[in-house]
Amino acid sequence: MVKEADVVRTSLADEDADELRHYYYQMLLLRRFEERTGEMYVKAKIGGYCHLNLGEEATIVGLMAALKPEDYIFTNYRDHGYVLGRGTPPGPIMAELFGKETGVSGGRGGSMHLFDAERHFMGGYAIVGGQVPLAVGAAYALRYQEKPGVVVAQMGDATTNIGAFYESLNLAKLWKCPVLFFIVNNGYGMGTSVAMGSSEPDLWKKGASFRIHGEQIDGTDVLAVRDACRRLRDYAEREADPVILDVVSFRFRGHSVIDSDRYRNPEFVRKGRQDHDPVRNFATLLHEHAIIDDAWLKATADQVEHEIQEAIDFANASSDPNIEDLYQFMYATEVANTPGPEDAIAAVKINRGEV
Amino acid sequence: MPEINLLEAIRQGLDEMMAQDERIFIFGEDVGRRGGVFRVTEGLIDKYGPLRVLDSPLAESVIVGACIGAAMNDTRPIAEIQFADFIAPAFNQIVQEAARIHYRSNGDWSVPMVIRAPYGGGIHGALYHSQSIEAFFAHVPGLKVVAPATPYDAKGLLKSAIEDNNPVLFLEHKKTYRLIKGQVPEHDYRVPIGPAEIKRPGEDLSVFAYGLMIHYCLEAAQSLAASGVSVEVVDLRTLRPLDVPTILASSRRTGKVLIVHEDNLTGGFGGEIAALIAEHAFEHLDAPIVRLGGPDVPAMPFARSLEDAFMPNPQKIAEAMRRLAAY
Repeated sequence: MVKEADVVRTSLADEDADELRHYYYQMLLLRRFEERTGEMYVKAKIGGYCHLNLGEEATIVGLMAALKPEDYIFTNYRDHGYVLGRGTPPGPIMAELFGKETGVSGGRGGSMHLFDAERHFMGGYAIVGGQVPLAVGAAYALRYQEKPGVVVAQMGDATTNIGAFYESLNLAKLWKCPVLFFIVNNGYGMGTSVAMGSSEPDLWKKGASFRIHGEQIDGTDVLAVRDACRRLRDYAEREADPVILDVVSFRFRGHSVIDSDRYRNPEFVRKGRQDHDPVRNFATLLHEHAIIDDAWLKATADQVEHEIQEAIDFANASSDPNIEDLYQFMYATEVANTPGPEDAIAAVKINRGEV
Repeated sequence: MPEINLLEAIRQGLDEMMAQDERIFIFGEDVGRRGGVFRVTEGLIDKYGPLRVLDSPLAESVIVGACIGAAMNDTRPIAEIQFADFIAPAFNQIVQEAARIHYRSNGDWSVPMVIRAPYGGGIHGALYHSQSIEAFFAHVPGLKVVAPATPYDAKGLLKSAIEDNNPVLFLEHKKTYRLIKGQVPEHDYRVPIGPAEIKRPGEDLSVFAYGLMIHYCLEAAQSLAASGVSVEVVDLRTLRPLDVPTILASSRRTGKVLIVHEDNLTGGFGGEIAALIAEHAFEHLDAPIVRLGGPDVPAMPFARSLEDAFMPNPQKIAEAMRRLAAY
């Protein structure tokens, strides 16, 4: 039943060249978005806790290439690339990281809590494993309403050690839920390696006792990820059956932008970045197959720089959220005896010494 | 109007709402073939089928979590937690996810779901089948917490909870299930979430309570009437959002306040009510605010003698009322 990772690609003959170029463009967009995000953090434009998708560009772009508009996506807190890959414009994402009212969550969420209802992006979740049961329920609702589509439950490797993960596998299988459990296995849960944290380090096997099919894939190969996701996504939808994909990637930096990454050998990190850079490797592949040339690469890089600078400018120019809205959206409906705009204003007047 | 018990009122509420709205389904342990451990959902699986009345595995985190995800995807699930004591594994899902998604998504997503949980003691259930859990959850903005005392309120509030676009924790005192009977109209009606109700008007002191304790308070108030003490009994019915205006108006009118709950005293919900009254009605008070709650022991002990010592009852409440009236 278990299928090994798709074979290493030697031919691009069956591929659409425009599509390949688009994958590269998306991967570079993610790469530069995250690098510039790191810069904005250092410049104190972004505060709090911030986790980058650097090194996971192929993982994300491959997944997104396989998904359909009717599909739903739940992710963990390392979510910038996913919402960007799903098609949300960079401006409102950067604005959210800046905590601005034009952000995708109105400045309420910040880095770890991005949403895009229109694109069925159901949110980044900062409680590890919090999103996994929700994804199963959303998939049950699809089945219940006889709607097409699947639900992606994206998570990190360490999430597979949490109880809710196993409860979710069990329920998804019992209730025939079309869920793709998408495990981004970058080898570390913060500073704890997979081998240290999981008695079964082959994460794709973790569905075995639930009779859930699992596979492992090279997450630095965008086409391999795309093909595996397409196949598993279609299987999950057609058979109403959950599947696991263990996507092995390489985390370029520490767990978050403020993590000094002291627990990993610097040589290991250096070599990983050199050998497993999905963006550079894909550029080389496309170059070798004469799908792109230096001029195209330069033009694409310029375009990406421009788009991200626009996003930063947009975030910079955006206003902070209104203080009056502090209590807004506490409930989905009007609720008596809950505080309102006046209460929010009163609090800030004291802060400002106006009272 | 027919007289039914509280359990039957809830069953009718579920049944009538499911008949009206196909988006509603029930998830929970043994809710299907067995009809629920208290038989609240009896017969529903035959009527609505196994896709709408789902026997879940024994896994509270995913029972609630799956309901949240389903609620975000155009359905209206009702989760049943078999005993409120078992809700702890779902705490993360309720507090971190259900209560916060609407707020943190800036209104993009809402979570129209109900979590039903039989709570409370006095039924010889011992430590893990007797707990009161309302204080943990009434603390959480984004949740609504409802605790009806009568069959009429239970059915009307349940229907409102199912129609509500927010996550609602619906607490059913398990001792009231078959003990408490009341008239329930045959026509479709609602009791809104939020407003408290004065179950017995009075002049000399105000008592605030909910769930089973309402019945004990009414009994105690009745016993004091003969000696000329007029007690007002206010049924809070909803703990979040709390009906602050009704609480303050009653406190100001009588000038004396007793708060009763079965949950243990320290950090219990009564502290919040006392604080509100102290902050906003202090100058109207003629006596210190009195709280009567369970003792601060880790959980309700099993032995009848110890359970009796734990539970507030009409005698203890009447004594507290008498002392307060005499102050």
